[in-house]
Amino acid sequence: MTGLRRYHAAVWDEPVIMEMGAPGRRGILFPPFEPGLAGASEAGDLIPAGMAREDRPALPELSEPEVLRHFLHLSQETLGMAGISLFGTCTMKYNAPVSEQAAWRPQLAAIHPEQDEETLQGLLEILHEFDLILREVSGMDQFVFQAGGGAHAAYTHCAVTRAYFAAKGELERRDEIITTIQTHPCNAATAAAAGFKVITLMLEEDGYPSVEALKAAVSERTAALMINNPDDMGIYNPHIKQWVEIVHEAGGLCFYDHANFNGVMGKIRARELGFDACMYMLHKTFGAPKGGGGPAVGAYGCSDELAPFLPRPVVVKAGDRYRLDQDRPQSCGKIREYFGNVPQVVKAYAWARAMGAEGIDEASDISVLANNYMEKRLLAIRGITKSHPDNDVWRTEMTRYSFETLKEETGVGVLDVQNRMIDFGIDAFWLSHEPWIVPEPFTPEAGEMYGKEDLDTWIDVLAEISREAYTDPHTVKTAPHNQAIHQLKGDALEDPARWAMTWRAYRRKRAAAAPAAATISAG
Amino acid sequence: MTRGTAHPWMANSTPETKTAMLEAIGAPSIEALFHQIPADHRLSRPLNLPPTLSAEVALKRHLVDLLKKNASAEDNLSFLGAGTYQHHVPAVCEEVARRAEWLMSVFGSPMSDHGRNQAWFEFCSLLGELIKTDCVGLPVYSWGAAIGHAIRMASRINGRREALVVKAMSPERLGVVKTNCEPPQMASHIAVTEVGYDPATGRLDMDDYRAKLSDAVAAVYFEVPSFLGVIETEGAEIARLAHEAGAEVIVGVDPSSLGILKAPPDYGADIVVGTLQPLGVPMNAGGGVGGFIATRDEERYAREYPTLMISITETIAGEYGFGLSLFHQTSYGMRDEGKDWTGNSVYMWAVVAAAYMGLLGPDGFRDLGHAIITRAHAAARRLDAIEGVRVVFPSGFFKEFVVNFDATGKTVAEINGALRARGIFGGKDLSAAFPELGESALYAVTEIHTEGDIARLAAVLEEVIR
Repeated sequence: MTGLRRYHAAVWDEPVIMEMGAPGRRGILFPPFEPGLAGASEAGDLIPAGMAREDRPALPELSEPEVLRHFLHLSQETLGMAGISLFGTCTMKYNAPVSEQAAWRPQLAAIHPEQDEETLQGLLEILHEFDLILREVSGMDQFVFQAGGGAHAAYTHCAVTRAYFAAKGELERRDEIITTIQTHPCNAATAAAAGFKVITLMLEEDGYPSVEALKAAVSERTAALMINNPDDMGIYNPHIKQWVEIVHEAGGLCFYDHANFNGVMGKIRARELGFDACMYMLHKTFGAPKGGGGPAVGAYGCSDELAPFLPRPVVVKAGDRYRLDQDRPQSCGKIREYFGNVPQVVKAYAWARAMGAEGIDEASDISVLANNYMEKRLLAIRGITKSHPDNDVWRTEMTRYSFETLKEETGVGVLDVQNRMIDFGIDAFWLSHEPWIVPEPFTPEAGEMYGKEDLDTWIDVLAEISREAYTDPHTVKTAPHNQAIHQLKGDALEDPARWAMTWRAYRRKRAAAAPAAATISAG
Repeated sequence: MTRGTAHPWMANSTPETKTAMLEAIGAPSIEALFHQIPADHRLSRPLNLPPTLSAEVALKRHLVDLLKKNASAEDNLSFLGAGTYQHHVPAVCEEVARRAEWLMSVFGSPMSDHGRNQAWFEFCSLLGELIKTDCVGLPVYSWGAAIGHAIRMASRINGRREALVVKAMSPERLGVVKTNCEPPQMASHIAVTEVGYDPATGRLDMDDYRAKLSDAVAAVYFEVPSFLGVIETEGAEIARLAHEAGAEVIVGVDPSSLGILKAPPDYGADIVVGTLQPLGVPMNAGGGVGGFIATRDEERYAREYPTLMISITETIAGEYGFGLSLFHQTSYGMRDEGKDWTGNSVYMWAVVAAAYMGLLGPDGFRDLGHAIITRAHAAARRLDAIEGVRVVFPSGFFKEFVVNFDATGKTVAEINGALRARGIFGGKDLSAAFPELGESALYAVTEIHTEGDIARLAAVLEEVIR
C-alpha cells in the first residue's frame, strides 16, 4: 500500500551464545594477587573436602568484544518501542534517559541496602517525597514500594488483608476474596496463592457485573474486593462507590488495582471513592521502563487504618531526617527483601516531577482523546468491531476490539494480524487477558507519548492488513516476512519430549531425536 | 511548565493537535469524553503536587542534588553483604542493560522481540550450565521469592504441608518465605520449621535435622554457602535423608561460588534457587535483587513452575526461535487455578546476568571463585589476629564470615559507627537476629577488595576497638 513506510527488522542470524567462541578465550580477567596475598594458601585448600567442583562448567569462551557485539545484535533484533507500540493494559510511556542516567549514578547504584540510614538520606528523601506525591494522587495515607511488580502489589494487599483480619481475630472466618472476570488475573491468582477462596463475578450487558451480583456474593466471609476500574475495555463502572459501600457493610476491605490509571489520572482518587488501598505500576503509569518484564514496582498505598499492617520497613520523616521504620509489630512482614526496586522509584519520581500536576492531568486527557480518535478510525476498518457496542459512552484510555468479523469472512484471525503488523515496524498489540470474553480480541492503548501521525500510521497498518485479509489472506497467515525471523512453529513448545528451556536440554533432546529422524528420512 | 507550552514528552500536547482530534470524533471538548464517570466521583480540584520540573536541566540538577546526599560503597570501603553484594559490574553489563531497544520493550511477539527472547533463553542456558540443571524458569522477584515458590511447588508435588529450613538464613529471606507459606489461620498454610546450626562449625545441626525430619515434610531447604558464610559439607547426607523421607530437596546458591564449588544437583538437590544479583547487577540499594528457580527437566517439576518459561524451537524457515512454553499453567492462563502467580519480575537483570556469564566463561568463574575465597580468608586471618576480635567459623567459608567482638567490650553498633566515621562500612550487625552469636557482624569480601583495603580495615578496627 502506498503511504506506509518501508521497514525491515535487523536480521543477524545470531547463533546461540552456547555455540560461540573458542577454547581459551577470555572475556574478563581478575587481577593477580598482591604480594601479601600471593603467599596465601591455595584456593583449593580453602574449600572443604568433597565440595570442590570437579567438572568445568560448559560455558562458552568468548572475548569481551564478542560478548558485546552478540548482545548488541540481540538488542537490535528487538523491536519494542522503537516502532509504535500501543500495548494495551501496559500503558507504554516515554522512559526518559535523564532518569536512567540518575539511576546509574554510584550514589544510587553502588548503595548497599543495609547501610546506615545516615548514608541514605538522599534516597530516603526521594522515597518519602514520592510517597507524598502518590498520597496526593490517590488520597491514601501511606505508600510502600517493596512489591516487585503489579501482581506483587496485589499479593501485598492479600498479605495486608490477612494481617488486618488476624489482628481482629476474624481471619479464619473471612476466607473469601471477590473479584471480577475483567479484573487483571493477578488479583484472583494472588488471592488464591495467599490462601483465600476466590469468587469471580461475570459481566452483564453494560460491561460490568451488576450491584445485585455483588450483593449476592458478599457475606460475613468476605475479606476483600479486588477490582480494576475502568477495566481493559475502557468502561468505567459508575456504581463503584456503591460497590465499596456494600463490601464495607459486610466488613470487607476494598482494593483498587489501578493498572488502568492512565485514563483517570487527576480525575478521581481511590480513597475518595471509599477504597482502603490501591496500587500503581511505576514501570507503566509512572514512566519507569518495563525492561520486557521488570525490574518493576507495584506501589501499594492504603488508609491509616491499614498502615500498621504494611510490609516493613516504611520510610518515615522525623524532623529533617529520614529513616526506615522496622519496628512495626502488626506488620504483615516481608513481601520481598529490602524496600523495593528503588532505581525504578527514582525514575517514577523523576517522571512525576517532570510532568507535574498539570502534565499528569493533561496526559490522561490526551490518552482518552487519542483512544477515542483511534476508535473512530478503527471501527471504520472492515472486519473490526468493539465490545459492548450498545454501551454508547466515550471509552477511557482503551477500547476492546474484535476481529471476529474478519475471521468469519476471511479466515484471518487476530493472531495472524499480530504476526503481520510487525512486518510494518509496529509492535504486536495486546489481545486480552484470559478468558477471552470477546472473540478474536485486541486492545490498543494510545497513551500520551505517541503523536497523532504515529497513531494514524498504526491505524493505516491495520487497514492495510484488513485489505490484505480480504484479497490476499495467505500473505497475512504466513507473516511475518520482514522480521528478524519467520513465524515460530509452536508445536514443540508444549511437548515434553521437545521443549527445551536450556541449551543443555536442547542438545540432549536433539541427540535423542536424531536416530529417529534418520530412520524416517532413510525410510 | 508554562500553560500552552507543549510538554517535551507528549507530542499531542499542542492545542492544534487536540482540536484536530476532537473535530475528527465530533466531541465538543475533552471534558465531555469523561462523561461516563459520575460527577460525584470526580476530584473537584486540581492535584496539588510539587513544582513541575519539565526542563531537563532543572530536573537533572534536582535529582543529582538529592542523590549527592547519599554516601555510596564506592566512596567508602564497604564490607556489607548478607544478600546484596558489591561485586565488580563489568562495563559491558551496564552497556547491555541500558540499550533502549529492550529496556523499553514490553512483550511483543517471538519474532519482533526475537533478540530479547534469545537473551532470556541464553540466561537460562548459561545458568543451567553453572548449576547443572536442564530446566530453568525466567526470573522471579528475589531469592526469598524463589524459595517461597519452590516450597509451594514441593508442597503441590507431594501434598505435604511442612518445610524444614535452615535457621542460619537471612532474616529478610526468611521473612519472605514465611509470607509465602501463609499464616497458620489459612487452610493452605505450610508450616516453616527452622533447623538449628552447629555452634562449632556453623553447618546444619544434623541431630536437630534428623529429629525434625518426618514423612510430613514437603521440602528441606538449605544454602551453600549459608547465610553465615559457611560451605555446608553434609549436603549429600541431608539430601539422602530428605529423599528417604519422601521430601524434595531445595538448595539455595550464590552463583558467584559455582566456578569452584560443587553444583547442587551433585549433592542431591531437586530444586535449585538463588540470587541473580552477583551476576553483574548493581546493588541498587537492594533494588538489584532477583531470583531463579531451576530443576531437572521432568514433567513432575516442569508442570509446577509459576514462572514464565522460554523454550528454544524453530521457525517455518528452520531458524532458531524462542517462544513461551507451559504458559497455560501460569496465572495469566488460569487465574486463581494457576500455579501461584507471575507477572513483571526482573527480566532486564536476566539479560545482564547472561552477558555477565558470557563474559566470565568457565575460567572466569574459576578465577572469580579463587579471588573471592582467597581474599575473604586473608581478611578473616588478619581480623582474627586483632586482640579481642574473633572469627567465629574460621575455616570452610566462601565470601562471608562472622566476626565476634565480645572481648572488645563494645557493641557492633558502636564499632560500625566508629568505622563509618572513618569511611568504612563494617559488616552487617547480627546481634539482633542471631543473639546466640553475641556482638557479631557478618563481613563480606569479594574480588573488589585489595590487600590494601584489608590492611586499612584492620588498622582502623584496631584503633576503634581500643
